[in-house]
Amino acid sequence: MPTTSLPHAPGVGFKAQHFAEICETPGRVGWLEIHAENYMGAGGRPLAQLRHLAERFPISVHGVGLSIGGEASLDRDHLDRLRALCDAINPAQFSEHLAWSTHDTSFLNDLLPLPYNQSTLDRVSDHIDQVQEVLGRRMLLENPSSYLAFVETDMSEPEFLAAIARRTGCGLLLDINNVFISATNLGYDPRSYVDAFPLDAVGEVHLGGHDEDSDDHGRPLLIDSHGRETADPVWRLLDHALERMGPRPLLIEWDNDVPDWPTLAAEAERAAQALQRLAVAA
Amino acid sequence: MSNTAKTVAIAGALVGALASMTHVAQADGAKEKCYGVALAGQNDCAAGPGTTCAGTSTVDFQGNAWKFVEAGTCASMEVPAMEDGTKRMGSTEALERDIPA
Amino acid sequence: MSGQSEFTMALLDPGRPTPAIVTDGQGGAAGKRFDVYRNNVIVGLIDALETGFPVVAKLIGAENFRQMARVFARAHPPGSPLMMYYGAEMPEFLANLPQLSHLGYLPDIARLELALRESYHAADADPIDPQGLASVDPDRLCLHLAPSLRIVTSAWPIYDIWRFNSEENAPKPRAEAQDVVILRPEFDPAPHLLPSGAAAALASIGAGAPLGALDPEVDLQTLFALLLGHGAVTGFAEKETT
Repeated sequence: MPTTSLPHAPGVGFKAQHFAEICETPGRVGWLEIHAENYMGAGGRPLAQLRHLAERFPISVHGVGLSIGGEASLDRDHLDRLRALCDAINPAQFSEHLAWSTHDTSFLNDLLPLPYNQSTLDRVSDHIDQVQEVLGRRMLLENPSSYLAFVETDMSEPEFLAAIARRTGCGLLLDINNVFISATNLGYDPRSYVDAFPLDAVGEVHLGGHDEDSDDHGRPLLIDSHGRETADPVWRLLDHALERMGPRPLLIEWDNDVPDWPTLAAEAERAAQALQRLAVAA
Repeated sequence: MSNTAKTVAIAGALVGALASMTHVAQADGAKEKCYGVALAGQNDCAAGPGTTCAGTSTVDFQGNAWKFVEAGTCASMEVPAMEDGTKRMGSTEALERDIPA
Repeated sequence: MSGQSEFTMALLDPGRPTPAIVTDGQGGAAGKRFDVYRNNVIVGLIDALETGFPVVAKLIGAENFRQMARVFARAHPPGSPLMMYYGAEMPEFLANLPQLSHLGYLPDIARLELALRESYHAADADPIDPQGLASVDPDRLCLHLAPSLRIVTSAWPIYDIWRFNSEENAPKPRAEAQDVVILRPEFDPAPHLLPSGAAAALASIGAGAPLGALDPEVDLQTLFALLLGHGAVTGFAEKETT
């Protein structure tokens, strides 16, 4: 099975305010990613825009609310909504996060962290099996950004994700910004993380901006804000990853303080250049 | 009102409404309809306020200790005088009226 | 207690200690690192409420709104992953908040803003050509209303208050009770002032009553013109005579 049916080109996270310009001056943008939950209404402009875009661009549906890492069973209603959305627009790809966001009946609207050990591995694998069965398609699972560690963790994140991919057959979404954030926050080498990552399973790459803060002891604490340009060291880490795995679909995520279209298109252009450098080097 | 008069009144209302329709707003092209503002309130991947104090503030935890400071348009938005001569500021009671059954 | 229970309670209650199951990665307490999640959750929910209730926010001021929204979010975190519908408990919450009890109209403004959001995301339906109604006996005519139509009744001038805080140069609110119908021609919902008594007539139409059953004392011509002029009638049927 191919790792992706998205083009090996830059994509951007779709924001409604860019609709007209995306249609008229897409530049180097070859595909779009949407957050699934924003298209789960019964109708109206969001779905009309999506149907229109889906006729022109390959679409990646990115879920942000399934709570795959949750201790409870998956929300069957939400899974059915995801299936209905995927059936309606037949996206090139579906992805979700290695995280949890729902507890009991509360949706906490954030991607919350998990300990990496056998019991989490069993639970997440079962949930991914269920997602892939209900959707009738292979999904990608994304590495999170980490701010803290768990006492009960006994596997590295790349080991954990490799085991999930082996067990469920799912692909992986490698968020390079998240790797850089987690490595900085938890004090490991981001390149070693990439080198240990099961790169053959990667079907998509994410890029995005982060903010700089510090913890109680003055150590750097990077925040996954998606509110600015991708930082230079993240671009260099991308080059490192691309050299090892070859070209992949590259997504620019910009969710807060969303810029005008030319600024976002310029980030996509920078991603296109990274792919071009790789092609020249090959 | 007799049944006949009622029928005439309702028929008249419908005919009047139809006559007032010089044109009905017709759908533009599908693409044009898609342009336009979106209502916010979206799911996103990242919130990203960092370690600001919003999430750790306990000021509102002891019995809703939040104090309302007069601000916003409610302070200045005066509703004109009522029939009984009382001024209706935002702070007055709801109007007495019969809710149609 | 499960790890995620402990995590969740500490997220929503900053008075609780940081869970012992997490560390700073070097054996120390997680401290500010855990607060990142506390912030993400609370600020994200407050932001969603502020964009969902812009007129309530304008009425009480942004700073008051954010303080109020934090109390709300901790008491009523979303019950589903669909943030577009978040805040359904807001009208009742506002009605019971002592700090805002002098602003009696606020809960109804929140209901209006919730209804606008519901309308925005409601199912699509094509309007009929109004002239097709001319040949039907009005007494037996039943109108099918668009799924995006919403009725909001109030003892306050909610239409005027909404306009005054949403449109430039809108007139000051009148001293009258106002009922509103939200109509969505194409994709943009907007509130419209209903004539006196028309909310009940419209509710009857929505429940399937033929026009002959409506109260003729109501200004039905204005009501019909509103509905037909904004694409809110999506079908019709002729009720069988009995």
